[in-house]
Amino acid sequence: MKRRQFIQTASTASALGALGLTSGCASIGGANGPKVVVVGGGYGGATAAKYVRMWSDYGIQVTLIEPNASFISCPISNLVIGGSKTMADITTSYDNLVKRHGVNLIKDYVTQVDPDKRVVKLASGGEVPYDRLILSPGVDFMMENLPGLQKPGAQDKVLHAWKAGAQTVALRKQLEAMPDGGVYALAIPLAPYRCPPGPYERACQVAEYFSKAKPKSKVLILDANDDVTSKGPLFKKAWAERYKGIVEYRGKHGLSDVDAATNTLKFEFNSDVKANVLNVIPPMRAGDIAVKSGLATANKRWCEVDFLTFESKAAKNVHVLGDSIQIAPAMPKSGHMANQHGKTCAAAVVALLTGKEPNKLPIYNNTCYSFVSSEDVVHVASVHAYDADKKTMLTVPGSGGVSAAANELEGRYAMAWARNIWADTLA
Amino acid sequence: MTKIPFLIAALFCAVSSVNAQTTPDPLQVRSWAASCSNCHGTNGRAESGSESLAGANKDDMIKKMLDFKAGRKPATIMHQLAKGYSDDQIKAIAGYFAAQKK
Repeated sequence: MKRRQFIQTASTASALGALGLTSGCASIGGANGPKVVVVGGGYGGATAAKYVRMWSDYGIQVTLIEPNASFISCPISNLVIGGSKTMADITTSYDNLVKRHGVNLIKDYVTQVDPDKRVVKLASGGEVPYDRLILSPGVDFMMENLPGLQKPGAQDKVLHAWKAGAQTVALRKQLEAMPDGGVYALAIPLAPYRCPPGPYERACQVAEYFSKAKPKSKVLILDANDDVTSKGPLFKKAWAERYKGIVEYRGKHGLSDVDAATNTLKFEFNSDVKANVLNVIPPMRAGDIAVKSGLATANKRWCEVDFLTFESKAAKNVHVLGDSIQIAPAMPKSGHMANQHGKTCAAAVVALLTGKEPNKLPIYNNTCYSFVSSEDVVHVASVHAYDADKKTMLTVPGSGGVSAAANELEGRYAMAWARNIWADTLA
Repeated sequence: MTKIPFLIAALFCAVSSVNAQTTPDPLQVRSWAASCSNCHGTNGRAESGSESLAGANKDDMIKKMLDFKAGRKPATIMHQLAKGYSDDQIKAIAGYFAAQKK
């Protein structure tokens, strides 16, 4: 069935190719077609790689460079920490991008971009040339803001678990090893950060685990923001009703340092907090390769882009998308949004490489589900359209909103969302 | 005297706006439709748990979306998303999915 779907997709793409792709690009897998290099195989980069192939009638060569062996989803990873899902549930192979879509996958790490020569340099040595480069490197952490975390071993003990993978498993193990009656302290950085509701969902997941396995234990949320940054009333209701006596929320707690040896969090204006398990989500910025390449022009943290094409405002023929960008107003840094960036950027890159004008009116939505327990879910949704005067994406007035209340039906929709977006990104 | 060119201009505008509505750029519509595929599958062919839109009846899809938009059809999320698209955009996107193979 999957195979048939692929053939149908390919024939649809052929029909689209007849609409105007140059004949040189139309030969499938042709070695002389334009070359696109994608750096980073997360929601943004993997989607861009697949859609550049599909929408160019498989005429544009795409090389995806990604250091991880497989895709591990950040969305749903809080359920692994809560214990109701496993790592296998959130892991997807890159095989379909290669086998179905002919993406050339290189398991490596890009150390340098040379926009003049139009090549990227690989950690293992060697260069990969491009006509257009798509960078989707996600976020990296501003560890320099937390000196104590730079001491030897500190980051092995005080985890962020904000990139799904080994740290997700390690945080789960710390929670399992914690004695009943212990305290789990979660430090949240000032917005903007990846996945605005993610920390509050995590607090719910840990609280549900404690309520079943360690009922005398506490979840202490220490938020640098004034208040809960996303779905506030819905999360607060869950903490007050479902997890009464377990979750405590404290806003305006800007973290200044961490003492891993004594399990102590230090704050700018508040007294120290000691806890059994520290989970520090550090402030973040665009992925290292984007910063190093001089693309992070907004406060040296985020990459400014043209929202019609996702081309960097700092480098020609280099596109940046996903969590690395300086977001438009009310645009969250989310996996769903990165997937939308990937498709918008892919369409623009195909248009630019085939002498056409990119779409002048991108419209896309964000849908974000948060699990307040292992089954009940709340969502936030928004629709964003390009504003030609302001040259940015704005939310469409009257659109979007949140769930009326946490419910089990949306728990099922959330898993359907996950299956569909994983397939849209990777299959 | 001056009314006639005005009328012609008005008529011309009306005709071109009708044209703009009936013949949207297919690549633009493809991109709009792709923003639905996160939940409804690439080209509208959904994984389990979500409604497939590929090859569905165009008029049914338009009616559903307009009902979501107007609040006539209860939903968890689609009433909020439908309000982000104009009626013409909804019609164009429905046309795209109706033309996809199931």
